[in-house]
Amino acid sequence: MTIPWLTVLGLVPLVGAGVLLLPVKELARWVGMAFSLITLVLGAVVTSLYLGGTPMAEKVPWMPRFGTWWALSLDGMGLLMVVLTVALVPVVLLAEWKLTGAGKWKPQAFVALVLLLESLSIFTFLASDVLLFYLFFEATLIPMYFLIGGFGGSQRARAALKFLLFSLAGGLVMLASVVGIYVVSAQALGRPSYLLADLVQVSLPTDVGRWLMIGFLLAFIVKAPMVPVHTWLPTATEQATPGTSVLLVGILDKIGTFGMIRFCLGLFPEASTWIAPVMIALALISILYGAIAAIGSSDLLRLIAYTSVSHFGFMVLGIYTFTTAGMSGSIFYMLNHGFSTAALFLVVGMLISRRGSAKIPDFGGVQKAVPVLAGLFLVAGLSGLALPGLSTFVSEFQVMAGTWSRTPWVAAVAALGTVLAAVYILLMYQRTMTGPLSDSVAAHFTTDATAREKWVAGPVIAVILLLGFVPGLALSVAEPVAVAAVSHVGAADPVAPLGEEGK
Amino acid sequence: MNIAAPTFEWLELAPVVTILVAACLGVIVEAAVPRAFRFISQLLLTLLGIVVAGGLLVINLLAGRGGLLAMDAVSLDGPSYLAWAALLVFGLLSMMVFAERSLTNGVSAFAASAASVPGSPGEAEADGARHEHTEVFPLALFSLTGMMVFVAANDLLTAFVALEVMSLPLYLLAGMSRRRRLLSQEAALKYFLLGSLSSAFFLFGMGLIYGFAGSFQFSAIDAAVQAPLYGRGLLFTGMALMAVGLLFKIGAVPFHNWVPDVYVGSPTPVTAFMAICTKLAAVMATVRFFFVALGAERWSWQPLLATVAVLTMVVGVLLAVTQTDIKRLLAYSSVSHAGFILVAVVGATVATQANPASSVASILFYLAAYGFATIAAFAILTMVRDAAGEVHEISGWAGLGRKNPLLGAVFTVLMLSFAGIPLTGGFIGKWEVFAAAWQGGYGWLVVVAVIASLAAAYVYLKVVVSMFFDDEAKGVAVAPASGLTLVPIGVGALASVYLGIFPGPLLDLMTAASTFLR
Repeated sequence: MTIPWLTVLGLVPLVGAGVLLLPVKELARWVGMAFSLITLVLGAVVTSLYLGGTPMAEKVPWMPRFGTWWALSLDGMGLLMVVLTVALVPVVLLAEWKLTGAGKWKPQAFVALVLLLESLSIFTFLASDVLLFYLFFEATLIPMYFLIGGFGGSQRARAALKFLLFSLAGGLVMLASVVGIYVVSAQALGRPSYLLADLVQVSLPTDVGRWLMIGFLLAFIVKAPMVPVHTWLPTATEQATPGTSVLLVGILDKIGTFGMIRFCLGLFPEASTWIAPVMIALALISILYGAIAAIGSSDLLRLIAYTSVSHFGFMVLGIYTFTTAGMSGSIFYMLNHGFSTAALFLVVGMLISRRGSAKIPDFGGVQKAVPVLAGLFLVAGLSGLALPGLSTFVSEFQVMAGTWSRTPWVAAVAALGTVLAAVYILLMYQRTMTGPLSDSVAAHFTTDATAREKWVAGPVIAVILLLGFVPGLALSVAEPVAVAAVSHVGAADPVAPLGEEGK
Repeated sequence: MNIAAPTFEWLELAPVVTILVAACLGVIVEAAVPRAFRFISQLLLTLLGIVVAGGLLVINLLAGRGGLLAMDAVSLDGPSYLAWAALLVFGLLSMMVFAERSLTNGVSAFAASAASVPGSPGEAEADGARHEHTEVFPLALFSLTGMMVFVAANDLLTAFVALEVMSLPLYLLAGMSRRRRLLSQEAALKYFLLGSLSSAFFLFGMGLIYGFAGSFQFSAIDAAVQAPLYGRGLLFTGMALMAVGLLFKIGAVPFHNWVPDVYVGSPTPVTAFMAICTKLAAVMATVRFFFVALGAERWSWQPLLATVAVLTMVVGVLLAVTQTDIKRLLAYSSVSHAGFILVAVVGATVATQANPASSVASILFYLAAYGFATIAAFAILTMVRDAAGEVHEISGWAGLGRKNPLLGAVFTVLMLSFAGIPLTGGFIGKWEVFAAAWQGGYGWLVVVAVIASLAAAYVYLKVVVSMFFDDEAKGVAVAPASGLTLVPIGVGALASVYLGIFPGPLLDLMTAASTFLR
């Protein structure tokens, strides 16, 4: 009998969360870490199996009446997202090792919720059945809601509710489309089916396809926060713990861009090309607005949230220009952004835990007191502005290149975002790290990075560097998905001008 | 001239007859059995009656009995079977909650002496003697009889008589609360006056439709609609007036004003009984009337009901948002659920091979999911108490989830089911209802319903958040209840989860049995 690797991969953290229902008290962190590491190892096994050419797909009927299956499958994009998830969770657990938690919300609950979230996210990225995807997509809200609402700043309950309402609004609109798919698939196939494999064969009437696509897209643009439905994100990151923010921005929000490629483009190719101009406009607005708002932020956590809004703009731009370079760049960007934001949030978390404040004016000259932390902060920041040599550069470059080959002026506007990125990162570094070190600030920064903190930031930065120098590791996985997606929407890469072919 | 003797199919109608007989025996028990033994005999008689009726129903089903019964007055078809089964199950669970006595010092939730003036010496004397009104059991059984006939009624006259049999005991039950008696009596009076008014509308509409069709029979009305002899003015007016009467019982906007006051004023077990069984009976009777008698005229009633559905969802949800009293919140939530059910009624979809979505099946499933969550929610409501009795203010429920995690978790599951969050029965119910409406060409109504669901989710989550995140309220505790309350809670919560994960068998059954006999 073959081992259902994908199901096992998703179930392990769930089992871990279940074990944490027992009163393990002080051992909770170790139990959580153990399960997250087992998941990481399993993730590596799955990766090697996939790269070895083993087809990774599982399919068991669940509710035949709805045409719903317990169907999981792995493609290049799903693989990258799963790798991102299993890699970040141990880092987050280690980063939040000292979390004390307010009231009765003991650290044990935090660890259990993180594992639950990991399990649900993995299943979301693996689901190849639309209803199954929808169920997990919605289910991720529950642990994230409690993670934001249970741990963090004083306004966290409000922030959690705002997060939940935005996400639920998007999710319920998507539900209308999911119901619609049931009806149209039954009409087209003679029986309802939610399997992606079945649904891509259904050709929808133009207007039906467009309406259904809009339902999906609304959910995804709330998730991958795009202006104007991004406002929940800064509020959430400001109040949540940095670890929670990593999971939220690094992993959960990727479901948005992931879903655009897999569902919007996959199920509704015609509608996706129809909506593309709108999405490109939204992406440009997000890029610029996010960058400008980041420059204007005086709170470090809000600032990082706004940089993410800008970065998600780039990802969406890469998707909706329908070029192989842009699409694979976007997929790669999703991976890189996960690690890059994780580094930023976690290092900033270390700074905040020392200073007791996230306000930029409360810092200044910090690099003199804690040079190692400042160095980590600088590298994390530079990956946020896509410095060459770091992985983010490759993906941002690809998105720009793809966009340029399609519509140069759009790329020109997007390039402004790159410039602004340098401004917000360097300004942030300058205001917090350089300048005179006042006594009041110095009093808080007595210890430089501890061994644990180095183990948190080190691996993440190592990955960023590795992928920066050897991007082919991830790009070779992302490219087939990108090629398939671009040809599925009926687009072809623009022919390069004479003398530039064979890049 | 040859007059055929009326026929009465005793076997087929045995479940209804059993409930009616149990109710009549209850009246005799009231007169003949000494007070000390009355409660226990009434309880046993009631539970036994319902169980026997259920058994007979199953036997009939296995024997494949069915058809038009009692001179075509009652139709025993798939929907009737399912509605009867649901009424018996929910009736049984409600009767258990009725009988709970360990929450209130060993007496039931009903007034010691309903006839004495609140605060009078007579009341104090009855209270002191620990009297109880055990008549509530036969009253509820009479009402249950009416409901069972109502959902199966195949002509307007039977429907009207059943409607009254169902309603009159409820008017009485609403006024029998042991605590807050004035509120309870006000609720009863309000319910009675408005209910009578709505019955009058129903009756008037019936008359006009008789004028149009020349018959009370649903099939004859259908024939007349398809080949009208006169203009359809009488039909439209009659249809509108009857819709008023039916929508009143369902609790749809704009005929919902009685719901919050009556639900809040009534003893909580009675509220649960009304919220589930009355609603179920009224919805199924409405569906039968519109689908069977007026199915050919659906182009004229679909827009009407669509408007009512939108109003009901939106008003129900918006008013629920502003509530600070949990019983009132559940009342408005019940109004909004009526709206979601009407969405499927509007769809008027019949299942086919390619499209398994069926209006009748989706409505039945929604009612089942809603019923299980509702019975458990109201049962929990009876357990959360302070010195003055049940705590209805949401602020009083603050921190309850931390004080009593199991109760908090169960109540959360119920709220999630109400909100239609995945992996609960409520989600599948909403999903089916939306699919039926979409299939019927009412995609825009699905969008409105989805938006209303969002607002509704906020309502329920607000309660959950308060239970888990807010500071604990002083003096509120969960009273230890007996199995009579705990079993309905357990059944309701488990069923809510089970129906969310494995809805297939029940849905298939409901779809297979979703065709009305004409």
